[in-house]
Amino acid sequence: MTEVQHLSLHVPEPAVRPGGQPDFSNVKIPKAGSVPRPPVDVAPEDIRDLAYSIIRVLNRDGEAVGPWAGLLSDDDLLVGLRNMMRLRAFDARMLMAQRQGKTSFYMQHLGEEAVSCAFRKALNKGDMNFPTYRQAGLLIADDYPMVEMMNQIYSNEADPLRGRQLPIMYSSKEHGFFTISGNLATQYVQAVGWAMASAIKNDTKIAAAWIGDGSTAESDFHSALVFASTYKAPVILNIVNNQWAISTFQGIARGGSGTFAARGLGFGIPALRVDGNDYLAVYAVAKWAAARARRNLGPTLIEYVTYRVGAHSTSDDPSAYRPKTESEAWPLGDPVLRLKKHLIVRGVWSEERHTQAEAEILDEVIQAQKVAESHGTLHAGGKPSVRDIFEGVYAEMPAHIRRQRQKAGY
Amino acid sequence: MARMTMIEAVRSAMDVSMGRDDDVVVFGEDVGYFGGVFRATQGLQAKYGKTRCFDTPISESGILGTAIGMAAYGLKPCIEIQFADYMYPAYDQITQEAARIRYRSNGDFTCPIVVRMPTGGGIFGGQTHSQSPEALFTHVCGLKVIVPSNPFDAKGLLIAAIEDPDPVIFLEPKRLYNGPFDGHHEKPVTPWSKHELGDVPDGHYTIPIGKAEVRRRGEAVTVVAYGTMVHVALAAAEETGIDAEVIDLRSLLPLDLDTIVQSVKKTGRCVVVHEATLTSGFGGEVVSLVQEHCFYNLEAPVVRVTGWDTPYPHAQEWDYFPGPARVGRALQEVMEA
Repeated sequence: MTEVQHLSLHVPEPAVRPGGQPDFSNVKIPKAGSVPRPPVDVAPEDIRDLAYSIIRVLNRDGEAVGPWAGLLSDDDLLVGLRNMMRLRAFDARMLMAQRQGKTSFYMQHLGEEAVSCAFRKALNKGDMNFPTYRQAGLLIADDYPMVEMMNQIYSNEADPLRGRQLPIMYSSKEHGFFTISGNLATQYVQAVGWAMASAIKNDTKIAAAWIGDGSTAESDFHSALVFASTYKAPVILNIVNNQWAISTFQGIARGGSGTFAARGLGFGIPALRVDGNDYLAVYAVAKWAAARARRNLGPTLIEYVTYRVGAHSTSDDPSAYRPKTESEAWPLGDPVLRLKKHLIVRGVWSEERHTQAEAEILDEVIQAQKVAESHGTLHAGGKPSVRDIFEGVYAEMPAHIRRQRQKAGY
Repeated sequence: MARMTMIEAVRSAMDVSMGRDDDVVVFGEDVGYFGGVFRATQGLQAKYGKTRCFDTPISESGILGTAIGMAAYGLKPCIEIQFADYMYPAYDQITQEAARIRYRSNGDFTCPIVVRMPTGGGIFGGQTHSQSPEALFTHVCGLKVIVPSNPFDAKGLLIAAIEDPDPVIFLEPKRLYNGPFDGHHEKPVTPWSKHELGDVPDGHYTIPIGKAEVRRRGEAVTVVAYGTMVHVALAAAEETGIDAEVIDLRSLLPLDLDTIVQSVKKTGRCVVVHEATLTSGFGGEVVSLVQEHCFYNLEAPVVRVTGWDTPYPHAQEWDYFPGPARVGRALQEVMEA
């Protein structure tokens, strides 16, 4: 008689749920400075191990060590710290504004500030990001006016997007920031197309695609990797692995693959993993990938290993699906505190200057908020016109939309 | 002036556009070296180089996604989806991305792309090579939707679409590629070389998007059609002897409402014909507009002749396809009402 084996379905589970002790023992953290820095024209098959390691520069003592260190000056790093602090302060005020009913929705970056702030520094004017909703550091670090961001968040009379988009779905061609969709992963393959266009026109500009760990499961992610690989598009393919896709832990999207970065290997795309909470490491890896793209060597996939300390959005409560203290146990620490410590070790920063900077930045954000609120908030003061509903669907308004606008009384 | 098939006219439109504007690029599955499964892009790669006309991976969402990115950069992609039936993986990119980029960014970014797709049946293509999905696009604000019925229009409209600042869905009735097929599948089709609308200028010209054309003047009943059904309706009018006025919409979105209303007010009767399925089809929109604007001029209920509400069958193709006999019966029904 043949033995019949009944099948069972495997459904991955995170290590811990609410009530349990946070446990990141499965996250293998290599020593800072231990991962080699290959030349940018390295063959992808020669650096397969970089897709499974984590490139780190800052060690526990706040020193910058190893082959990926030494790229940024004191001034660069002081600006970097300031940008991360500005983003954090901006988030805090806007979260509060949402709680006060001044807008409908907000998404913060807490714990992930280094990723977008350091990355922006690796790009040039004219390069284009295709961001998700958690890369506002690209704007902050490029000195996009905070007032404009707030006008958009408030959907007020000065909103550059005229009240049409959800809060934080910014758009700024001038600052290399493609209009955020709000759908997931669609922008990933668009970034590849933008990069292909730059190559078709023999231009010098490069593109950067952004996606979260959860959205790598979307088919557009795989389309993007195929097209980027086939046409060697000058694009940096960024995956921000902040461990959580709303309530779903990263193991659901990652499946049996060791890492998200490893997804690039099958496409012949060099893939690197980097400590996403290390400003210096993020910059160094982004700069490496940008150099590859600019030298027409093609795409690079980067996985930023980080942790979403805050809720997914103002509509989310993480205590329902992960231990409340999990963020404190996260082994890669806090990006602001780590860079602060490094600058103190370098002898160019101090606790006093940090406290003073926090106060200055808070003042900057409050001043911007006052200006923005003078143009209105979602439910009070100046707002976009009802006419704005009907404008801009097409370059020229067709007759049927004009009739509907008239019917609406405008 | 040359005699062209609809495929040659479509190819000529892309050739003229690529020659005039270096930003026009053409790509899709089998589109590059081979020139497309219907040969619409034949010779373009040889003429303009493989960075302006190339093959892509079999990934419709990738084709659309990259085209949108290229348009954001400043190019004007004119891309091919091999069959309209294959567009569904790209539907998210078309409807939620291409169609809304101008609006959501308040014009900071725009999306001037053209998506060409062979549409409709009549070639024994079964359910995955015969669909007419136009209503899935006319329901999306931000798109323009064109269905040409002959080589002259196809070229002028395709050039206009490529030059348009917004995304355009360009549905090419594949049964019309070689001649004005009127639904009489048992007879050989007249080639475009023997039809006046096969006369196509070699150079640049455009036909405005949003303007219908009256193909047959008549007093008894208005027939609203587009694509292959224009020729079927003309045949039905001749065969029944009913003095129908046949309107070729050419552009479904935006729609030339004035031409429809003017005609129905004159005839007092209206039949709407399309190959796509009935329920929630584009004909429903036309009928609704006709009752809204012409109610007091109507002598009879407005009638639709369409494909059945079933998947497109294979062996029973000619019982599915709304040919001249069915359209003729509808004309008689409306006249007798």
